[in-house]
Amino acid sequence: MSGTWITTRAWLLMLPLLAVMIAVIGWPLIDTVRLSFTDAKLVGTEGTFVGFDNYAKMLGGSNFQRAFITTTWFAVVSVTAEMVLGVLAALLLNQQFRGRTALRALMILPWALPTVVNATLWRLIYNPEYGALNAALLQLGVIDSYRSWLGEPGSALAALIVADCWKNFPLVALIALAALQAVPRDITAASLVDGAGPFNRFRYVIMPYLAGPLLVALVLRTIEAFKVFDIIWVMTRGGPANSTRTLSILVYQEAFSFQRAGSGASLALIVTLLVTVLAVAYAAMVRKAAGAS
Amino acid sequence: MERQSPVFTVFVYAAALLLAAVILAPILWLFVMSISSAADLSTKPLNWWPEEIDLSRYRVLLSTIENSAGAAFTASLFNSLKVAGMATLAAIAVAIPAAWAVSRTSNVSWSLYAVIATYMLPPVALAVPLYMGLAYLGLLNSVFGLALVYLTILAPFTTWLLKSGFDSIPKEIESAAMIDGARLDQILRLITLPLAAPVMATSALFAFLLAWDEFFYALLFTSDLRAKTLTVAISDLAGGRVSDYGLIATAGVLAALPPVLIGLVMQRALISGLTSGGVKG
Repeated sequence: MSGTWITTRAWLLMLPLLAVMIAVIGWPLIDTVRLSFTDAKLVGTEGTFVGFDNYAKMLGGSNFQRAFITTTWFAVVSVTAEMVLGVLAALLLNQQFRGRTALRALMILPWALPTVVNATLWRLIYNPEYGALNAALLQLGVIDSYRSWLGEPGSALAALIVADCWKNFPLVALIALAALQAVPRDITAASLVDGAGPFNRFRYVIMPYLAGPLLVALVLRTIEAFKVFDIIWVMTRGGPANSTRTLSILVYQEAFSFQRAGSGASLALIVTLLVTVLAVAYAAMVRKAAGAS
Repeated sequence: MERQSPVFTVFVYAAALLLAAVILAPILWLFVMSISSAADLSTKPLNWWPEEIDLSRYRVLLSTIENSAGAAFTASLFNSLKVAGMATLAAIAVAIPAAWAVSRTSNVSWSLYAVIATYMLPPVALAVPLYMGLAYLGLLNSVFGLALVYLTILAPFTTWLLKSGFDSIPKEIESAAMIDGARLDQILRLITLPLAAPVMATSALFAFLLAWDEFFYALLFTSDLRAKTLTVAISDLAGGRVSDYGLIATAGVLAALPPVLIGLVMQRALISGLTSGGVKG
């Protein structure tokens, strides 16, 4: 069979997928770009061309700047905590102890719990009148009276981050554990003979095996965290006083609550651009790390 | 092997207990809330275990009496099953030929990276035109419309997983069959697809879980019992004026049951899928 026929056949086999992707991703994305230069409403008016007005208005507004800071803060704190807790849990699960298999099996639970159920669960735990957190802290004597964890701007974002971490650190732990199990036994044994302490062993013997998979997990988790919507919408809807309003929540409000499709589209594209920049920077890091090891 | 000092052993067991408690406590509490009476859940100090086990909410939510809370819940349960089922089948159907082609023809593999790159796109970048398009087609508030939209997530994802599955099946088996005179459709039907069956099953389960979990598009594109999915129904309960927290918890337990069971049973396959790069969104 000739090479051209094989290539043609490959394209033919890919046709259904490509057609679907163009219909549900390609076209909407292009139409979002078009809309972002108009003052279209979600329903009714087609809108007229307004140039870069939407972009100028959105980028210059305090809402965007505040949402950008909130999103960055959420992403940095939750992803860092997930990475640290995930690696610690993986190091533990890599030790010999009774019940290890059962504990590993438990780690799948938070991951399997639907995001909305997780958000609902933590919303109930944080409940200001009957929540388990208030009850537990009061009974332990940590607080004197019940607090509204999600109702106060000072604690709402931190409470969200805890809920997000609880759901996602086990996944990082499972990825890190798989990487740890790939470390050859004789290398760790040799490093012990050579007198390496626990810290040096982790830094020079284990870390090279962990770095690659962890970096991939870091990339994916950061992109996810930057796009965060579900958990925040269910727990706080961006409140109180917009203290948990991330970029995705802001786009939702602009495009769907206020039905301003044009400026909503421009905001969505700004978010897309930020995520893309992040992803490209990370991809470069991953390639560099792969080249170094 | 490393000699473990007793102090280290105690530390390991203490840490393991702590980790188990951190993972289990919230999940157990969700379950306890679902079987506690409303009175037990609203006393101070809180009752950590119900005086009397109350299973009535499970009956309430799973009843199909018209216009009851149960009818709304079961409707959303069936909508979730329909949407996730249809979207998974459609995604697998378009992904199989594409993934095979990419796996066997290296000079078109760049197109797969273009498809996978769409994973970065925040759903908000597509939401407005999708909303207008569905409205134009009369597919807003329809399980078919929502399943179609879910292909934005499921199609790239399953293609990616299936491609790595096909990669692990040696090309030589196919070449040998071809030399014996088998046609391409025979090779795929009789050799490649049966060999890829485990990967296809794992990919389908992953896709189903992704669709079951989805909230953003469902929130935007559905509005009543005809298409509302479980995630939207639960978010409505959590954000609404429901005074019985146990009822919300029960809905959560029921919605979590299928993915948690799949997760526990399929553990090995899921973990190898996760660690090979496929991560639930």
